[in-house]
Order: sequence, then C-alpha cells, then structure tokens
Amino acid sequence: MLGYILRRLLATLPVMLIVAVFVFLMLRLTPGDPAAIIAGDNANSEQVSLIRNRLGLDEPIFTQFFIWLANILHGDFGESFFFKKTVTELIASRIEPTLALSLATIMIAVTIALPLGVLAAYKQGTLIDKIVMGFSVLGFSVPVFVIGYSLIYLFAIKLNWLPVQGYQRMADGFGGFLQRLILPAVTLSVIYVALIARMTRTSVLDVMNEDYIRTARAKGQVEIKVLFKHALKNAAVPIITVIGLGVALLIGGVVVTESVFTIPGLGRLTVDAVLARDYPTIQAVILLFSLVYVLINLVVDLTYTLFDPRIRY
Amino acid sequence: MASRSLKTIALFFAAALTLCGTAGAKTLRVSLHSDLKIVDPIWTTALITVNHGYMIYDTLFALDEKLAVKPQMVDHYETSADKLTWTFTLRDSLEWHDGAPVTAEDCVASIKRWGARDAMGQKLMSYVAELAAPDDKAIRMTLKEPYGLVLQTLAKPGASVPFMMPKRVAETDPQKQITEYVGSGPFIFRADEWRPGEKAVYLKNPKYKPRSESASGLAGGKVAKVDRVEWIWIADAQTQVNALINGEIDLIEAPPHDLLPLVAEDKNIELFVFNPAGRQNAIRFNVLHKPFDNPKIRLAVAYALNQKDLLDAVIGTPKWYVECKSLFPCGSPLESTKGWDDKFTSDFAKARALLQEAGYDGTPVVLMQSTDIVSLSNLAPVTKSLMEKAGFKVDLQAMDWQTLVTRRTKKDPPNAGGWSAFLTSWASVDILDPVAASFLNASCDKATFGWPCDAEMEKLRDAFAKETDPAKQKAIAEAVQMRLIEYPTHLMLGQYVQPQAFRKNVVGLLAAPSLALWNIEVK
Repeated sequence: MLGYILRRLLATLPVMLIVAVFVFLMLRLTPGDPAAIIAGDNANSEQVSLIRNRLGLDEPIFTQFFIWLANILHGDFGESFFFKKTVTELIASRIEPTLALSLATIMIAVTIALPLGVLAAYKQGTLIDKIVMGFSVLGFSVPVFVIGYSLIYLFAIKLNWLPVQGYQRMADGFGGFLQRLILPAVTLSVIYVALIARMTRTSVLDVMNEDYIRTARAKGQVEIKVLFKHALKNAAVPIITVIGLGVALLIGGVVVTESVFTIPGLGRLTVDAVLARDYPTIQAVILLFSLVYVLINLVVDLTYTLFDPRIRY
Repeated sequence: MASRSLKTIALFFAAALTLCGTAGAKTLRVSLHSDLKIVDPIWTTALITVNHGYMIYDTLFALDEKLAVKPQMVDHYETSADKLTWTFTLRDSLEWHDGAPVTAEDCVASIKRWGARDAMGQKLMSYVAELAAPDDKAIRMTLKEPYGLVLQTLAKPGASVPFMMPKRVAETDPQKQITEYVGSGPFIFRADEWRPGEKAVYLKNPKYKPRSESASGLAGGKVAKVDRVEWIWIADAQTQVNALINGEIDLIEAPPHDLLPLVAEDKNIELFVFNPAGRQNAIRFNVLHKPFDNPKIRLAVAYALNQKDLLDAVIGTPKWYVECKSLFPCGSPLESTKGWDDKFTSDFAKARALLQEAGYDGTPVVLMQSTDIVSLSNLAPVTKSLMEKAGFKVDLQAMDWQTLVTRRTKKDPPNAGGWSAFLTSWASVDILDPVAASFLNASCDKATFGWPCDAEMEKLRDAFAKETDPAKQKAIAEAVQMRLIEYPTHLMLGQYVQPQAFRKNVVGLLAAPSLALWNIEVK
C-alpha cells in the first residue's frame, strides 16, 4: 500500500510539470497585457513598455518560464502584479472560505442524498422514487444563482433569519461563521444532493438483487440494516467516486456561489486574477487546483479499499 | 415548531454577532464599484485607489462642489508679480498618521513623485525650474514661464491626484508601489485588516485638523463623523442591492442603472447623485490606419451618431443622462456647444456626403466592444448600427475590457491585430480643460492610444496652459473645440450621472467630484 501511495505521489510530478507548462503558455498566448491594465487610461506606449519591463514581461517567454519554474522549486510563487502581496499570502487568505464552503456543502449533500438515494432505490417505481428523482432532475437543471437568489429572498430579505452575504472566519466567532455559511452551502449542495442521490439509487439498485442481500434478509436482518449495512456498503465505490470528484470540483469551481454570497474564496480570486491578467496568481491557483485534483483522486482510490476488500494496491 | 426553533437559533446567532461586532462604535459600511487591489494612488489611475487616497491622504488644494479650486492643506499662497514664483504656506498643526508633523519637504517630495507619473503633473513639472522648501511650512515653486494651470493641477481630482505623503514614502521610485500607507487625511488605513477581495478598513483620524469652513465637495472641513469605515467588496450587483435592503451595508457607491427602480421601491433607501458632473461617454479613433487616418471620415461618424440612442442603450432613463455636445463637460466652466450643434443628429445624408468627399473606400472599421462593463457594452452595437446606416462597413469585435486595453496599445493595422475605434467613458472631472483631457493630447507617439498627431491642437493646448486669464482660457478652449471638427481625436457621446444608494439612517452625504466619506453620520 505504501509503495502504491509513493508511486502515485511520484506520478504527480510529471502531471504538475505538464500543467505548469500548459498554464504558462496558455496565459502568455491569450490576449491581455497586465502592463496595459496597470498603466490605465492616461498612459502612453512608453509608460506601458516601462511597466512591462519592470514586470519582466519583455523577457523571452522561455526565460520567463524558467525563472518562474526555478522560483517555484524554491517555494516562491512570486508576487501578485496588482496586490502588494505574495501569491502564497493571497492564496492562504482565501483557502479557509473555500474549504469551509466545500466541506459544508458536501456534508449537507451526503447527509441528505444518501438516505434519499437509498430510499428511492428501496421504493423503486413508487411515488417516493418519482419525487426523489424529480427533485434530482430539478437540482441538476436549475442554475445555482437562481437557487441562491431565491434562498436570499426568502431567508434573508423576507424572513430576516440569515444575512444576505459575506463570510466570517471561524476564528472571529463560530456563530457568525455558521450563520454566514448556511445559505451558500445549502445553495451549492442542491446540485450535489441531486447527483449523489441519483448515483446512490442506481448503485443500490444494482446490488439489491445480489445473493448476499437475499441471505441477509433470510437471516432475519431488519430492512434498514439490509439497506445501509449490506446494500449501501457494497454500492459505495461509485458513490465515493462521485463525492470525491464533487469535493475537487467544489474547491475550484464555486465561483458563482462565491459571487452571489460574497465569499472571498479561491474561486473569486481566480476570476479576479484572470480578469486582471495577474499571471503569478493565476499560475499558482491553477497549479494548486491541479494538485488538489490529483490528491483527491488518490484519496478516493485509497478509500475504495475500506469498502471493497477485493481491491488491493 | 421546527420553524420557530430555527428562527430562535438564527436570532441567537444574529444577536451574538451584533454584540460582538459593534461595541458602541459608529461604523459606516459601504460597497464600492470595485475591490481595492492597489493602495498606491500615484502608481495607478484606478478610481477605487483614488477613493482610497481621499480617505487617508490630503491635498494642497481641492475642488469644492462647484468645481472651484480651494486651499486645503495650504493656509495661504502668494504669486509673484511676474507669475513665476508661487509660495504655498501650509496650515498649522498638520500631522501624519504616525504623529510626525507635515513639512514642506514632504510636500515637495510628494509633488515630484506624482509629477513623474501623472500627465498633468508632467506638464506642470515641465514648466517648473525649481521646487523647494525654504522652511518647514513654505513650498516655493519657481516656473520657467507663466503657467495658467498651477492651482487646477494641484487640485486635480479624478485619476492620479496629487496626494501628499511623508518624504520617506514619497521618495519611492515612481515606477514602484509604496509599501507604507501613512497619510494626513481624515481616516487612517488599517493595513492589518485589509483583506483584498473582501474588505478594507479605515479608522477615524482623531488628530485630523479640519479646516474651519464647512465641507464642500473635496474642499472645506473634512470632519470624520464615524469611528470606522468598512469598504465591503460585493462583486455581484444584485447582492449589493439585497445587502442594502437587508441593512447589512449602508451605502452603495454605484448601483447599476437597471437596478435603480428596485432600490427606489424600498422606503428605507434613498438615491443621491454625489458627482453631478458625472461621466462622459466617448468614441476614440486610431488615426494611424485607414479609414480613420482621414479626419473627414472621423467627422462623418459625428454626423452618423446621436447621443440619445447611445445613452438610452446604456443608461435607460433620461433622468440620469444629458445629451451634451460640449467637448468639456456640461455644467463645467468651459462648457460650450460651439461648432457642434449640427452634429450627433444621425444626419446620414450628411455623413454619406462626407464619406464620399473623403473618398472612403469601404475599409472596414474594426470597432472593439467591451462586453463585461455594463455601462459600456451596449454602446458598440448601437454605434455599429448607426455607422452602417451612414455607409460605413463595421467589423464589431467583442472582447473583455482587459483584452481591449491591451489591444488598444497595438499600432498594427486593424486587420492584423490592431483596431480602428473603441468606446469608453471618462469621469467629467478628468476632462475639465484641454490639458487635463488626455484624449486631446495630439502629440503623435507621445499621445495616448489612437496616437493623434496635430501640431495645431498641441499649439492650442500649450496656449491654454500658459494663459492665466480665465476669459482668454475659455476662448482657447472654444478654439480647441472648433479644431476638433477639423481634426477629431475622439467624439463625445453624452453625459450621465451615477446615483449612490444609501439607507436613510445615513446623513451628510456630500456632492463631490470623487467619493467623499467624511461629514457622514450613521444615525
């Protein structure tokens, strides 16, 4: 197992290198010049050139790449072109909101979706099944910002129970942290509830006719134990995969929710950096997202062994 | 029952949060048009950084609400009879936020750093023979020849304001950002609480000595009446409005015009036009390449367009805009429509005649459209439609604003990655006269993007700069406006204002050319 983990971790190195090359080239080859953005409306060409020179953007592209790569190997991701802060500082300040939102979303989604999926499978073809699957289709179809604005209207503006927007760090008070996390997490969880419930239903249905389920029932197991101890455990591998991918997607892809609820997370940082052509920040966050994807995939693969003893590494 | 429990929990959290957060201090929470990314107002022209500058720095002179120049940090000033020597004496007891006294040497260093970056500052410095501090309170500026815009330049609002900084800070290379944020203004920046992408925090400067006059525009007594100001960055306009309605913020600097009816419906919210001068839309030409290398073809655009259609497309209701054919903002001292009354009438016959006279050969106009700035994006399709009716061929190319600002630096032909024209807008305070308005700079390669090249225009701008008599300045400004017909560098496409939305418990908002958050109380 340890050998497998080590091999997988080593395999991330070429993946990260390819991502680094790709991101670097993609940014340099797409239109947009941070120097022109920094220079502003009153600048002339000479002033833009001066800024380009100071940022090192007039160096040959290969020189720029190798300088950047060498700095990364020394743990230096550079300084943002715009903020007078290092990229590491910027990312560090944005990780908590994104992690909190992602984990809360997944917790809500799993807590709701697993029982719903199992229930839909158990009641296959009944009204309950149709309601759950109907909700699932709706959850996929309604854009996240529509759900967000609707929940804001109801719970913040009409009922005045929760704030419209903002994020409070956990260190500044758990009550406020939770209060501001509820609406965005619920909003974002809708699509994951739909996804996980659907996957759970399908996977559980696949195993419901297996011999070991029949045996469990024949031994007199109560139905709830049959469903959750035997069926769900054996159906877990595809569900874990979906949950794992969901976490990875959430860490990099909650831009809309972060915008609607004003959460200063990595998604907004990425969008702001892209709009401003802040190369060092974009490069670092995309590398980080790639690393998260790779590591979460590894964790998902390792988790399979917990649920299916036949899987060995 | 469950609902009641949930509500109780929510109320508990809300109460706990309120108790933790306020502790009796008066806080003004505002949502501005952008996130504060850069905090050096000399290094960037970003409007959000200018707003930040007015919070923590002060200026030697400032414009009042009628756009008249008034002394601010300066107590009094003298001019020699030959108008070559200006002596500015600082007010007593001015202090930096770190407690050190403000000295003339600090101001000299500040003017020099700003003068190295800002176009108007560069112009002023090109007339300066010596800038010195003969004592702690006197700044002496000796000119090579009389310059008519000394006070206007030192009081300039808008992009790149001459803010005063301590000498050690002002001696930072103008091409690099400062790293210390010490001013002498009415608020103190809390760098430790600044979270880019989230919020910026300012505390009342208890040692600030406001002028005795009442506050007017950016001049007069800047009295901070709240203990703390929080700039909360809310990227989504609808969320800004929701937060205002819910009382989570007190003021929105720039709610989009299409959301104003929603805001106005709420009985706890009011609208206020803080900057009556507003902004002017403009189309900028690239004169290096066909078809706009020919001034007559550029003038044909003025006949093809009309301001009403363009303003309707981006602002909507006439309540917030004014058709203004003056080169210099309507409502400003140099306002005049001389020479332009017959333009912007969508007189397609006249436009077609001009095109024929100029020998327009059907070369497509590459018109750049920015798609991500609400107040600009609809201008381009309307412009295209009107120009096509006059006989132009228009190639509308959509892109985000950042791509546009990059592409506009390219001098390549339009069909090889360059461009012919783009649409933008200017704060009216940035175009108050021929020297300030950088689109009128026609010094060829040294001009801003579009690179107009016209010796006559430059001669007039220089004459304006040297003239010290306001009546003669006005006459020169009119001559510039007339010259624009012969040699259009750009065209003015109407003026609009941006109301602020605020909760009714906020009082004391000031009409000013830039955002002024002093004088405001939260009841």
